[in-house]
Amino acid sequence: MSLNLTHLQQLEAESINIIREVVAEFGNPVMLYSIGKDSAVMLHLARKAFYPAPPPFPLMHVDTTWKFREMIQFRDRMAAECGLDLIVHVNEEGVRQKISPFTHGSSLYTDIMKTEGLKQALDRYKFDAAFGGARRDEEKSRAKERIFSFRSANHRWDPKLQRPELWNLYNTRIKPGESIRVFPISNWTELDVWQYIHLENIPIVPLYYAAVRPVVERDGMLIMVDDDRMELKPGETVQYKSVRFRTLGCYPLTAAVESTATTLPEIIQEMLLTRTSERQGRMIDHDSAGSMEKKKQEGYF
Amino acid sequence: MAHQSDLIEQDILAYLKSQEEKSLLRFITCGSVDDGKSTLIGRLLWDSKMVFEDQLASLEADSKKVGTQGGAIDYALLLDGLQAEREQGITIDVAYRYFSTDRRKFIVADTPGHEQYTRNMVTGASTAQVAVILVDARKGLLTQTRRHSYLVSLVGIQHIVLAVNKMDLIDFDQQQFEAIRRDYEQFAASLGFGDITAIPLSALGGDNMIEPSANTPWYTGPTLMNYLETVQIEGENREKPFRMPVQWVNRPHLDFRGFCGTIASGVIHPGDELLVASSGRTSRVARIVTMNGDLPEAVAGQSVTLTLEDEIDISRGDMLSIPDTPPIHARHPEAHLVWMHDEPLQPGQIYLVKTASAVTPGRVTTVQYAVDVNTLEQKKTTTLGLNEIGVVRLELDRPISFDPYRLNRHTGSFILIDRFTNATVAAGMIISAAPLEPQNAPLVGFNANSFDVDGEPSRRINLSDASFNGTVSVVDLAGEAGTIGLDVSAGFLDYLGKGNRVLFRLRNVGQLSAVAVMAYEHTLSFEFDRTAEGVSILVFKRDTRFGSRVPDDDGTGI
Repeated sequence: MSLNLTHLQQLEAESINIIREVVAEFGNPVMLYSIGKDSAVMLHLARKAFYPAPPPFPLMHVDTTWKFREMIQFRDRMAAECGLDLIVHVNEEGVRQKISPFTHGSSLYTDIMKTEGLKQALDRYKFDAAFGGARRDEEKSRAKERIFSFRSANHRWDPKLQRPELWNLYNTRIKPGESIRVFPISNWTELDVWQYIHLENIPIVPLYYAAVRPVVERDGMLIMVDDDRMELKPGETVQYKSVRFRTLGCYPLTAAVESTATTLPEIIQEMLLTRTSERQGRMIDHDSAGSMEKKKQEGYF
Repeated sequence: MAHQSDLIEQDILAYLKSQEEKSLLRFITCGSVDDGKSTLIGRLLWDSKMVFEDQLASLEADSKKVGTQGGAIDYALLLDGLQAEREQGITIDVAYRYFSTDRRKFIVADTPGHEQYTRNMVTGASTAQVAVILVDARKGLLTQTRRHSYLVSLVGIQHIVLAVNKMDLIDFDQQQFEAIRRDYEQFAASLGFGDITAIPLSALGGDNMIEPSANTPWYTGPTLMNYLETVQIEGENREKPFRMPVQWVNRPHLDFRGFCGTIASGVIHPGDELLVASSGRTSRVARIVTMNGDLPEAVAGQSVTLTLEDEIDISRGDMLSIPDTPPIHARHPEAHLVWMHDEPLQPGQIYLVKTASAVTPGRVTTVQYAVDVNTLEQKKTTTLGLNEIGVVRLELDRPISFDPYRLNRHTGSFILIDRFTNATVAAGMIISAAPLEPQNAPLVGFNANSFDVDGEPSRRINLSDASFNGTVSVVDLAGEAGTIGLDVSAGFLDYLGKGNRVLFRLRNVGQLSAVAVMAYEHTLSFEFDRTAEGVSILVFKRDTRFGSRVPDDDGTGI
């Protein structure tokens, strides 16, 4: 008798099924690549889905211009190694207005550089399906979102008008201008993602590993000084600490944690032994209760 | 999160190794608003240490603000995802939650218990292997318990937990628990479940949730967590005949042609013979290709790429199977249908039927009967409204490969999609192929004149427009033995131009040329099927609006 499939094998099979379905049913799909560990897993699954061919769609990164420099280097390397076209989109209007997370607050900044940037890019390239690496265990409003999540022509998500999703029969029908966001790793948890990275030896951005980095303590969080756009407030000093990141985003909005974990097993060990959930490192959730739900309705991933 | 925390601390590699063999269980919880369902799931998350510190902080804050436990921790708030629902104090949709122990990872579908939300329960149950049916120990079985149980059986769940909750409110009384258990077993006997396990619980107090409760010394069965960790579900699809719907054909270059899909049931090895149900062609598996190297075996649940020894024509929508137990390949399935949309079913109207293997236009020809989900009685009806369930017969534009749902949940299920709004309007579970009998489409009257001139068809048939109505009409020429010719009217072409179709029934394949000539002259398209009586040809006007973007096939066959 054959061995039973493990939970990771089952999750992998489901994700590959989802990715193939999108390619079979949509004319112009794209994979939104955020460079983090979830994107790394999603990209790896896409490569597995179409092996020996490369995935038949481009990667797209909506660059807020405030990403960690190491993320950008990693992004370019991975796209080249996988043989995929990489589209980098920046909201030039936001750049002209000098929108900054330091001066405009995380809410407005996210709205303009991420949500607006994403909508611009989807409109410009007329993508009808966009893969995203969101997981349902990350945040409460995501727990109810479908794997194939319908978006209106102006990119809005309506939680009350979701299509029922049964078995693995996904309704992929849309009208011109509408689109579907697809979340192939919806059913993965943070621990699943790390275990899979470990098992499959998937490359991740070095920022996930502990190293001595320049940080500033601000509002109870450790913010890394990644370039000279970060101005110190009175009383703040740059300290050198052994830190790593549990989640990666824009450097001014992503808090580091003090850590000595320099290997993947150590990262997983640390994650299992600490009891702080992942999105705490991202300031977006702190703005107001239900903030993610509001952002999603407006078109944020 | 602290499973095996000592091992995590002392030997993380050993811990990771031990976690690699974990299995996955999907289950659904069914109960009404005040059965304590959200509390039960919240408690499982809580007790399996899947609640993080910052979530705890917001849970404490939320419990004070909107909680129903007088400021104490309200576990249910862990579940209520969307803000609008939180304010109403009810869960209105399907939410998926995750937790894991050292033995298993769990995916819980949390669905509401309101009558109008049959839709959500069926959705959540469609992927579940186990159902936890909650009853309030004070109230015993209610109408909704029966309803939930029927829906769970309809969707093919075999393993049932009868969670008798709020035992603390009846002083953990064994007699009352046993009475509820007996009632349920009696009621459920007709539903055909594989096994039923009744557990006396208090989700709020934690009794028999994880650890055996001191309050129920008379209970010797498993705790809820214990049951979920050990119920045997692995390999259930593996002993069934091999099925793989072809999802994608991978052709990176001329030397590689891989058929990608998720194995719905069975086991496959290189060298095994495979049959393509639609064409009857066979070949053997050459390789099972994955990025981590070729596999010596693949099993139900895996997504794989197969290469075959022979070049045979296979495309998305085909189903690969073992030759001696092929799926049914037919155009007229009979099925249970759960209607999920405000707009009721329109018999005769074309919907898109999406199965694991194909998307095909089709229509419901008849509603055999509807089922009252509260009494399980059958009632006569001509249509189905939101949250109604019935047995229907379908007519598809072309045959599809399928199995009865009770034999295979993956190859026996389908959804119906409205072609105009693109809404998912129904979920279907195939019972079998419908017995062959004249369908109820209106028969078109036609004027037939005999010709006896040499070289001319023996019969010329005039397709006048007066009788074409509905979206599909049938021209039944099965009674015509000789050669035929067809004369069309402007009204007939106009009818096709609006997207309607006409099904021609012919006695023999020699008569096909008349339809082909007509199609050639008027730029029509058709699909051909061999039937028990002869041939049937579905004639339609191809819609060029869709044709431009995806030149070959947009998957709908239109």
